[in-house]
Amino acid sequence: MCGIVGLLLKNESMREQLGELMVPMFTCMAERGSDSGGCAFFGDAEDPTWRRFNLYVSDRAYRWQTLFDAFETAQGQQNGAGARFHTLENHAVLITNDDPAAVRAWLDGRDPKVHLMSVGRSMDVYKDVGDPIEICTRFRFAQATGSHCVGHTRMATESAVTPVHSHPYTAGEDFCLVHNGSLSNPYMLRRSLERQGIRFETDNDTEAACRFLEWRLSAGEDLSSALTSAFSQLDGFYTLLMATGDQVCLVRDAFACKPAVVAETDEYVAISSEFRALAHLPGIAAAEIFEPKPEEIYSWQV
Amino acid sequence: MASMNQTTQFDLARQTVREANQFLHDVLEGGLEDGNVHQVEILHPDGNHSIAAGIDADVVVDIRGHAGYFVAGMNCRATVTVHGNVGWSVAENIMSGSVRVKGNASQCAAASGHGGLVVIEGNASSRCGISMKGVDIVVGGSVGHVSGFMAQAGRMVICGDADAGLGDSLYEAIIYIGGEIRGLGADAREEPMSRGDVATVAELLEQARLPGDPRQFKRIASARTLYHWNADAGQEY
Repeated sequence: MCGIVGLLLKNESMREQLGELMVPMFTCMAERGSDSGGCAFFGDAEDPTWRRFNLYVSDRAYRWQTLFDAFETAQGQQNGAGARFHTLENHAVLITNDDPAAVRAWLDGRDPKVHLMSVGRSMDVYKDVGDPIEICTRFRFAQATGSHCVGHTRMATESAVTPVHSHPYTAGEDFCLVHNGSLSNPYMLRRSLERQGIRFETDNDTEAACRFLEWRLSAGEDLSSALTSAFSQLDGFYTLLMATGDQVCLVRDAFACKPAVVAETDEYVAISSEFRALAHLPGIAAAEIFEPKPEEIYSWQV
Repeated sequence: MASMNQTTQFDLARQTVREANQFLHDVLEGGLEDGNVHQVEILHPDGNHSIAAGIDADVVVDIRGHAGYFVAGMNCRATVTVHGNVGWSVAENIMSGSVRVKGNASQCAAASGHGGLVVIEGNASSRCGISMKGVDIVVGGSVGHVSGFMAQAGRMVICGDADAGLGDSLYEAIIYIGGEIRGLGADAREEPMSRGDVATVAELLEQARLPGDPRQFKRIASARTLYHWNADAGQEY
């Protein structure tokens, strides 16, 4: 059992309230998964040459400044590109217009304790092990703003409980995925992707689905056609909720073993494992509420 | 305390499901001394689970809003109405009485029900009536995939359509469907409607207070080819 939540605001004037609306959804679904939690928030996109690198260390007293100083020094020696930093406990965002591949390589060779969680123009990812309600408070989810978000509360069933194993999973840029269920062929998928040169960070089944989809996306497919390929390749149980910079997408496996419910109004689309996580939303009484069908692709554009 | 001609209200915005269910179990189980049927109204269900589960009493329960999983599970004698949608497994293992959902039901509605009547006025999702053992189910709308899976006894009337795998591995339950079948399950087959079948559909629609022309329904029952092991089959896996 795990809990998933997603919220896409159609009404731009509600963007300041994204976190505020999402927090009760997330804390309610903490009952479905209490060992880890996380959420990806999508805000205004950086300029095309800039990227947001979300970083994580398990040490909550980590001295980020040392890392940032080293980054600026390295930049200064090259081309003097710009950089900004935000930190919140053991989470940091490095925002820079340096070449993304070069930044990835620099981070890779730096402090092995620092984990790169996501790269993108509009996405920030917060995740950790521990009580999801506490994670929500620590990372100030209630203050988050933006157009959409997807969150996950985990009850691990098939791989370790570590920060890296918690959801959302990310791959490529501005793409993340949360999963309720378990895949039965992740190693097969993984081997075929590794032959394409794709690197994995964990032994988790969800990561295989995430990297598979991103592999299709990076080949130029849109999310719908990537998911059509996924239906024939992924074996097992899954409700998958995905987000890109401008889209939220939801699918369930052929047996629809894992729950999902959608509530849609003129103002928002809200997705959750269970209705009770949506009961507090404004205008819910008049919302169109439905259960997604197996192997059908549901997507909503920002 | 319960008294005649009085509705007891529980507001789940302020009270717990436990309190409401405890009342339904302890106070009403013996029945009211004056023979009156007690009424219980549950406000702000807000998707909570197990509301009105495990009742064994002549009581009328109205749930005003959307409820969660296992509503009216194991129901005996009570008449439960949900004025909204329900989550998974409404009226699971119902023994008697009736459960009505005014909106839509999620998966496994009336799963394994032994008796009584379950009415879903809207749509029911996957596995409606899975392993039903004598309950009657009437769905005003459509049902999701693999509905009536391994259904052993009882009758299910579906006014709308059914997704793939309808009646897969059926035993002796009978399914009547008014709309389109998007695929029958293994060993389920369409059979001719007898006069008795038309009368059964008419009776169940009337009990459910739902419209429909019983003569337009199709009968789905077990072909019974899975009842016995077939040693001559290829058995290739």
